[in-house]
Amino acid sequence: MAKLARKVALVGAGMSKFGNHFPVKRNPDLWIDAWLNASESVDNGIDPKDIDACYVGNYSSDLFNHQGHLGPQMANLVGLTPKPAPRFEGACASSGIALRQAIIAIASGIHDVIAVCGVECMTELPTAGVTDVLATASDSLFEFPAGATFPGLYGTLASAHFKKYGTTAEDLMRVGIKNHENGAENPYAQMQQSIKDMMASKKKRYEQQGRDVPDWSDEFDFLKSSSNPIIAYPLRLFDCSLITDGSACLFLTSGDKAKQFTDTPIWITGTGQGSAALSLHDRDSLTSFIAAREASRQAYEMSGIKPKDIQIAEVHDCFTIAEIVAMEDLGFYEKGKAIEAIRNGESKRDGSLPINTSGGLKSKGHPVGASGAAMPVEIFKQMRGVAERNRQVKVDVERALTHNLGGSGGTCVVTIYEK
Amino acid sequence: MSDIEKDFTIQNYLEFLENKKLMGSKCKDCGTLYTPVRKLCPKCNTANMEWMEMSGEGELAAFTSITVGTPYFIQKGYDRKNPYCFSIIKLKEGSMVSAQLVGVDEKNPETIKIGMPVKVKFLETEIKGETKTDLGFEPA
Repeated sequence: MAKLARKVALVGAGMSKFGNHFPVKRNPDLWIDAWLNASESVDNGIDPKDIDACYVGNYSSDLFNHQGHLGPQMANLVGLTPKPAPRFEGACASSGIALRQAIIAIASGIHDVIAVCGVECMTELPTAGVTDVLATASDSLFEFPAGATFPGLYGTLASAHFKKYGTTAEDLMRVGIKNHENGAENPYAQMQQSIKDMMASKKKRYEQQGRDVPDWSDEFDFLKSSSNPIIAYPLRLFDCSLITDGSACLFLTSGDKAKQFTDTPIWITGTGQGSAALSLHDRDSLTSFIAAREASRQAYEMSGIKPKDIQIAEVHDCFTIAEIVAMEDLGFYEKGKAIEAIRNGESKRDGSLPINTSGGLKSKGHPVGASGAAMPVEIFKQMRGVAERNRQVKVDVERALTHNLGGSGGTCVVTIYEK
Repeated sequence: MSDIEKDFTIQNYLEFLENKKLMGSKCKDCGTLYTPVRKLCPKCNTANMEWMEMSGEGELAAFTSITVGTPYFIQKGYDRKNPYCFSIIKLKEGSMVSAQLVGVDEKNPETIKIGMPVKVKFLETEIKGETKTDLGFEPA
């Protein structure tokens, strides 16, 4: 894998508040919020005049909002007309792909400065409609007639992981508990509550309503209760990421342009993308994603660094099982060993390899086509030491990684960042 | 050797399914079996297939029990109180398929065991007066 032909820098990154925003905010409003937030993060400021193109990642405005052709619409809102404004789609990896294509365009010399937009407004549809739209990212010919939903596909993968490696429902819960603890510290997250906070507020509500107040002994007790119903066995409600409206914005520049914007750019030194059969039944493995293994192999080779060199990572926890599989696919742990690390707290904020300090898709939220651009926002903050509230990791982060999975693993984009 | 002359299209595969036949295509060059059928063998990059009828025997490779189902399965009458199982079946012939798993205790999914032997059961659903056949499996 060749190195990037020119250096590529991340000089600004920001996001809208993630949440349930429709109809107060729609795609254009969310994107402008992200753009303004990212603009503020650029040390010396940035102007549309400086920018050569707008690369848009979005999964399905067509089905969520009855709006196709999103590229020029988003570009025009931030003064980038008549510059190129392509849109990229790869299910939940859509803006990871937009980021990767921006990296490639800058490295090639075609563009010097690109704004990457990730945007998705999902709550315009009711939950059943959202589930149906998301399901179009799986194989509608052969997985649909068998009843596959997205939680169903990940539940199926979880059943295989349980059987092969002894992973348990409690391990999945540990991932959710950790990610909610992190999301509680992220002012941009959709659910800024730890599981403990949620238990307390539920108890309070029951009390006010004069109902029997449940007596959960701990988080696990709560997560095994009827307050956390099974959605797709073994996955329960709190194993699933959220339905979210949100947007993220990244400013990428060539190496020589970077100093115009900041003295402390974050360098992007590796990018990789992989693919896999859309149907799980056509895959080589039901406990690992070949697209993720391939994408990370490319990114590691390009950057010349190894999994053990990575200090923090944002990984695609669309379901809790996906975070466990990602830790293994990325080479952080051997197959079947991630659960040990999770039980030891290694992936917590103060652990040896903090994962999803943002709260992840689980707690920060998952506006599907925007998630790939939102992950680097957290990396940008953590590497510059400016993560809000009590979320900043204690170590000085020199090397980080993002892992953005599409659908049930048909696409994966991995990106490596260095200081 | 199969003497079926039909093209290896999705529509022909589905028509076999309607007639309660689970079919695959086997590459005459490398022997790889594909279920559902494919016309092109991506390993050989050749379109030199023959139809093969599957025995319908296999084992459960992975599964889930779904309480919040798809519109199609809600139409079939499934809901939170009446969940259904989506499964991946490894066929005796070696390839895998996605199918509904029936004849199991969907409400107590911990009783369903990966690796258990299963056999094909074609599932008929009547929608708007027409009968549709979907691929299903049940414990053997």
